[in-house]
Amino acid sequence: MADAKVIPFDEDTRARRGARASDPAGARGGSGEGGGGRRAARSPGSRRKGKPGLAAVAPEGDEVRRGKRPVVVEAAEQEPREVPVPEDADARSGAAGELPASLGALTDALGGAADRLLGGRWDRRVAGGLAFLRRRITGDYEVDEFGYDEELTDQVLMSLLRPLFDSYFRVEVKGVENIPAEGGALVVANHSGTLPLDALMAQVAVHDHHPAGRHLRLLAADLVFVLPVVNELARKAGHTLACTEDAQLLLERGEIVGVMPEGFKGLGKPFSDRYKLQRFGRGGFVSTALRTGAPIVPCSIVGAEEIYPMVGNAKVLARLLGFPYFPLTPTFPWLGPLGMVPLPTKWTIQFGEPIATDGYAPEAADDPMLVFNLTDQVRETIQHTLYKLLVQRRSVFF
Amino acid sequence: MGKVVLVTGVARRLGGRFVRRVQREPGIDRVIGVDAVPPEHSLGDAHFVRADIRHPMIAKVLAEHDVDTVVHMDVNGTPLGRSRGRGSRSAVKETNVIGTMQLLGACQKAPSVRRLVVKSTTNVYGSAPRDPAVFTETMPAKSLPSGGFAKDAVEVEGYVRGFARRRPDVAVAVLRFANILGPGADSPLAEYFSLPVLPTVFGYDPRLQFVHEDDVIGVLLVASQEPGRGTLNSGTFNIAGDGVLLLSQTARRLGKPTVPVLLPTVTWVGSALRSLGVSDFSPEQIRLLTHGRVVDTTQMRETLGFTPKFTTAGTFRDFAASRGPGLLPPERLARAVDRAAAVLPAGTPR
Repeated sequence: MADAKVIPFDEDTRARRGARASDPAGARGGSGEGGGGRRAARSPGSRRKGKPGLAAVAPEGDEVRRGKRPVVVEAAEQEPREVPVPEDADARSGAAGELPASLGALTDALGGAADRLLGGRWDRRVAGGLAFLRRRITGDYEVDEFGYDEELTDQVLMSLLRPLFDSYFRVEVKGVENIPAEGGALVVANHSGTLPLDALMAQVAVHDHHPAGRHLRLLAADLVFVLPVVNELARKAGHTLACTEDAQLLLERGEIVGVMPEGFKGLGKPFSDRYKLQRFGRGGFVSTALRTGAPIVPCSIVGAEEIYPMVGNAKVLARLLGFPYFPLTPTFPWLGPLGMVPLPTKWTIQFGEPIATDGYAPEAADDPMLVFNLTDQVRETIQHTLYKLLVQRRSVFF
Repeated sequence: MGKVVLVTGVARRLGGRFVRRVQREPGIDRVIGVDAVPPEHSLGDAHFVRADIRHPMIAKVLAEHDVDTVVHMDVNGTPLGRSRGRGSRSAVKETNVIGTMQLLGACQKAPSVRRLVVKSTTNVYGSAPRDPAVFTETMPAKSLPSGGFAKDAVEVEGYVRGFARRRPDVAVAVLRFANILGPGADSPLAEYFSLPVLPTVFGYDPRLQFVHEDDVIGVLLVASQEPGRGTLNSGTFNIAGDGVLLLSQTARRLGKPTVPVLLPTVTWVGSALRSLGVSDFSPEQIRLLTHGRVVDTTQMRETLGFTPKFTTAGTFRDFAASRGPGLLPPERLARAVDRAAAVLPAGTPR
């Protein structure tokens, strides 16, 4: 993939289509390649099917494309589990509309959000919402030591993020089965987008798409826990401070831990540096994985770089406010709050093959060479997957 | 030959309870309670010595009674009873720090002393947003407490470590207790939970851990006697009930409405109230109610071999039951929701 280059932001579908027409086989590389489907996608059979190009979609894929989420043909074939999702979403939003106004007032915002999530007949959903409300107002629910409120996350926070995930960014999730169904694992992802929406979307991706319904426990910067409201929501959504102690404890308990080792360097990098991975810290995440023997799952997120194209950085303002950077985008802060609306880019989140760390001696975690090598391996994997996904991407917005 | 146990700080409820309880243990010959003021409660058959641990006189008490176990419970955050003279914060600090120094000096010179148990607090970890979520005993606080009880406790622990180095033949146990609650709790936190409306810090929902008074007595008993088989009762241990409660949860379980207040206002009002003498609410209490604190209790379970009878939630339930209902009792709210649930499906246009 050495020849892969970053696709410029404004280069539109037209140009990409042209390239596609001239070299359909190369361009379609594996638009829907799942974790293990790489070879299959390149096999002659599938290539023949793909040859007409994506403009003329194969008949069986047609129904899928009419659904809410544009699912690429091959992805639908390889992962039939994904197909019912759009119908489900339709049923959900339709049923929520039936709620009479009086009930809506009673069940209030929390209950209403809960109803949206629970499927089935609406009276059962109202009963479920009331039971939920009852537990909430009497304080009869559990949180873990990190402050993770599983019930609130499942019923409310995820439902709030889901429209963003499904309809706004239309996130396509690939290779989620690379996250083990049980036991600890460390998901390492690239970080971008000025605001950490990519981390939240990765959380929704694991929550909604993993067959075992696992939860991603994100490690967040200390700034998150300094800010009021943000820290409260972060703790309740299962995030914790990015430090060795917390990461190790979570991994030892068999949780899926999500980390973005680039930190603010990645999140707040200028738009011209998009999809160029920054330094991966000191590789602390690798030592932690080695110490707990948890596999490392590289995760590449495409699409988040363009949600807030950061063209400038008001350093003085940032220092005054105590933030690591103060983004200036084409719309922010010039349009005020309107400038905070992210651009509706099309996202892809690809989870890669897990890298095992349990085969090393116990003292390996303190071996700087090994740690650096593994860090580089993870970094390269993510970078190459990013380039690959960028080549496959038709346009930033579709 | 039975053991002789000396307990400091017996004028406090918890000290008194421990004295009454420890004399029932087999193998304990005599119990000596020490405090600067006579206790209002009964100490059972224990021998009360009115002595201020800030004075060298305590060495004489140790020698005279041939004490072999010292349980130091006179490390406290608040003065004992507001009307009883020993009032101000500086006096408390003196008892905590100077008292501990004197007591340890006396112990060092008393060859009969074999065991020392010190009541400390998880306040030593501080409360800051940049701290790990769960503290283990070996973690140093990222931001050391700058003052108040927490700083006293840090200093006390420092002296105790020095003592342990100088007298390696003495088994030293430092017990770091989370917030102690129970039906008879009179700590600032218990006072806070007794308010009709709970002021909270806007935008923060701290994680809290509680330990029940009964478990405090239980773990002090374990630490002050010979270790059980396969356990070790010298060292530093975090003591807390299982699980975690958020402040919002505690308020709902108490049935008390909360009033979120902006952090600068809270700090300002807190210091104003303190200078007026209305409340003992210290800055470290405010920090606790802002950022919360959770400790890991694996060492308590596995090394000390102590399993608390009450979880954090259980402790809080016991405490709430002793306080009477708040303005919005959870039972009533639950009934209201149940009534709504009973009515709704019948009237559904389905």
